Amino acid sequence: MTTVAKPATDEKRASRARQSARLAEWLVLYLLSILGAILISALLVTATGGDWQSVVGALFDGSVRNPGRWGATLGAAAPLLLVALGTVISARAGLVNIGQEGQLAIGAAFATYFGFLIGGPGSVNIVVLLAFGAVGGALWAGVAALLRFWRGVPEVLSTLLLVAVAGQAVAYGLRWQGLLLAPAADRGNRNQVSEQLGTDRRLPVQTIFGNSYPISVYLSVLAAVIVAFLLARSIWGFRLKMLGRNPRAAQHSGVSQNRYGSAALMLGGAFAGLAGAAMLAGGGFAFGNFQLVPGFSANIGWTGLLVALVARERALICIPVALVFAALRTGSGFVSSTGVEGRITDVIQGLLVLALLVPPAVMFVRDRRRARAATTART
Amino acid sequence: MGFFDAFFDIFTSDSTYLAGALFAAFLLFAATGEWVAERAGTINISVEGMLLSGAFTSAVGYHLTQSAVVALLAGICGGLIVALVQAEMSHRLSADQFVVGLTLNILVLGLTGFLDREIAPKTKIVSTWEIPLLSDLPLIGQALFGQPWPFYLLYILVPATAWMVYRTRFGLEVRAAGENPQSADVSGIDVNKRRRQAIYYAGFTSGLGGAFLILVQIGQFEDSIVGGRGFIAIAAVIFGGWTIRGTIAGCILFAGALSFRLSIQGLGYQLNSELLQSLPFLVTIIGMAFFAHRVRPPAALAQPFVRGLK
Repeated sequence: MTTVAKPATDEKRASRARQSARLAEWLVLYLLSILGAILISALLVTATGGDWQSVVGALFDGSVRNPGRWGATLGAAAPLLLVALGTVISARAGLVNIGQEGQLAIGAAFATYFGFLIGGPGSVNIVVLLAFGAVGGALWAGVAALLRFWRGVPEVLSTLLLVAVAGQAVAYGLRWQGLLLAPAADRGNRNQVSEQLGTDRRLPVQTIFGNSYPISVYLSVLAAVIVAFLLARSIWGFRLKMLGRNPRAAQHSGVSQNRYGSAALMLGGAFAGLAGAAMLAGGGFAFGNFQLVPGFSANIGWTGLLVALVARERALICIPVALVFAALRTGSGFVSSTGVEGRITDVIQGLLVLALLVPPAVMFVRDRRRARAATTART
Repeated sequence: MGFFDAFFDIFTSDSTYLAGALFAAFLLFAATGEWVAERAGTINISVEGMLLSGAFTSAVGYHLTQSAVVALLAGICGGLIVALVQAEMSHRLSADQFVVGLTLNILVLGLTGFLDREIAPKTKIVSTWEIPLLSDLPLIGQALFGQPWPFYLLYILVPATAWMVYRTRFGLEVRAAGENPQSADVSGIDVNKRRRQAIYYAGFTSGLGGAFLILVQIGQFEDSIVGGRGFIAIAAVIFGGWTIRGTIAGCILFAGALSFRLSIQGLGYQLNSELLQSLPFLVTIIGMAFFAHRVRPPAALAQPFVRGLK
């Protein structure tokens, strides 16, 4: 008995050692690449005559430390998370949707238009407004889906080009009073602005220790849990994954690429549109005054996309990543007071994303190399 | 007076062709390299970032030396830096090419915006070379042969690229890497190396394109100066069915939409400004909707190659 058991425990011990070595490797890689990104950012700040310590201080002040700021960070994280979730869904089906910025703008425009059109009692208004935001985003992504599955236009490009069109479409809508423009009396001295949402059409706000944030924060976290569950545990999620991994095999086993692909793309757009509607109805914190203006989307679509990429398409990981990116965003307003150009946060963000892409890629290459070495050793 | 008069005016005015040629040339600089990269199997969406980075470095180069040649070389370097990151990350480390490209675009946008405020390079449009006789041709003479000199680089670059891709061993290997990487690998071609080199080439031509933007077309670096035209260049390659002739045709068509916007205002006609702003993108989308399914992409386009998988 003992002679049999002994090699088994050896095997176990060896595999455990291998696993912890792998974990250590992951950690070291992540640490090194994040450190590299921070180092380059610090060098940039120093090279342009700034002081990197004060920049870091300002970032923390703006995102967490100063009174009321972490509420603002939470408020900014909610739409980022929503956009990221949509991206995760379409990416799971193997589709590269990079037009969230436009889908978000159209969603916000739909929410504005229908939010004023439909009058109902209290909370119904809010639900309707959010729902139409999602519909708007889905329709805009639907254009790309139609082009992809009917005309064979790569969705990478069509979603991207539609961003430019969406911005202009919203600006066009803001020129006509029948569409989005506010009546002359409510416009003040601005010429392209929508009517302000009434208090019965705004998202309820929660205040804790002087930090207030709209309840879209809870909604987005709930959505993250639901998306994570559906993708991991439902037949629908499995089919999406199959489509993403091997479209031909999926087609053969009865998963229609047209149907599931379009659904995934449009759902991605719906989440972006929902984020737009939530920004509109949540307002106040980082996103203006409960009214639509040109350039309303304010890069939330792009940043949300980055969140999904950094989280490597896992819905729950998106939550902490969205918080980090929201903190960079709310902190950036404070950076300019240190004499360093505020756009440094865009650079930091880009470098961070690039750095976080490195470890998984390196691990993949190393694993392949090891596997090849093992097979050649065996033969 | 009416719609057709407006069209007639636009098609008979020299300025339309002049502006159109500049837009087409700019797109073509980017699209030529992008075409090579796509033939090797990469949809290189960081071409936008390469153009922007090339424009910025060339502006800085000109600012420092007041020499257009140095500015061109600096532009090439700027394009190559982005290409290096894209190629190493997507075809040595096998990170997803779209993810890398998108991140690079955003990073370059932030970085050039940041550095532009710090450095604020001063540049101007370089002198015009009129080619005798040819520049006297009606309508297109000035547009094709009366431009600032970096424009004429295109007359060398495009045929040279076509020759390289279709007529050299290197070009054959590049195309093999894009069509059937497994077979290419078996026959001794280092697939990922060829793909990386194709991306470097895209960086080279896009860097030239960025420099062209500064030295010929606009004359001054601005924040987000490229404004999505890199994506139109990618669309031109797809529109052109991954052939050089089609790519040139696509560039000319999309450039027409871009310059239409300018010339219709220049001639005093009124049209909704939002429609005009989005016209190039709409034309691109509609053009692709009609032609994208008629052409055959390189078989392994956008598929990473890892030896032993698949």
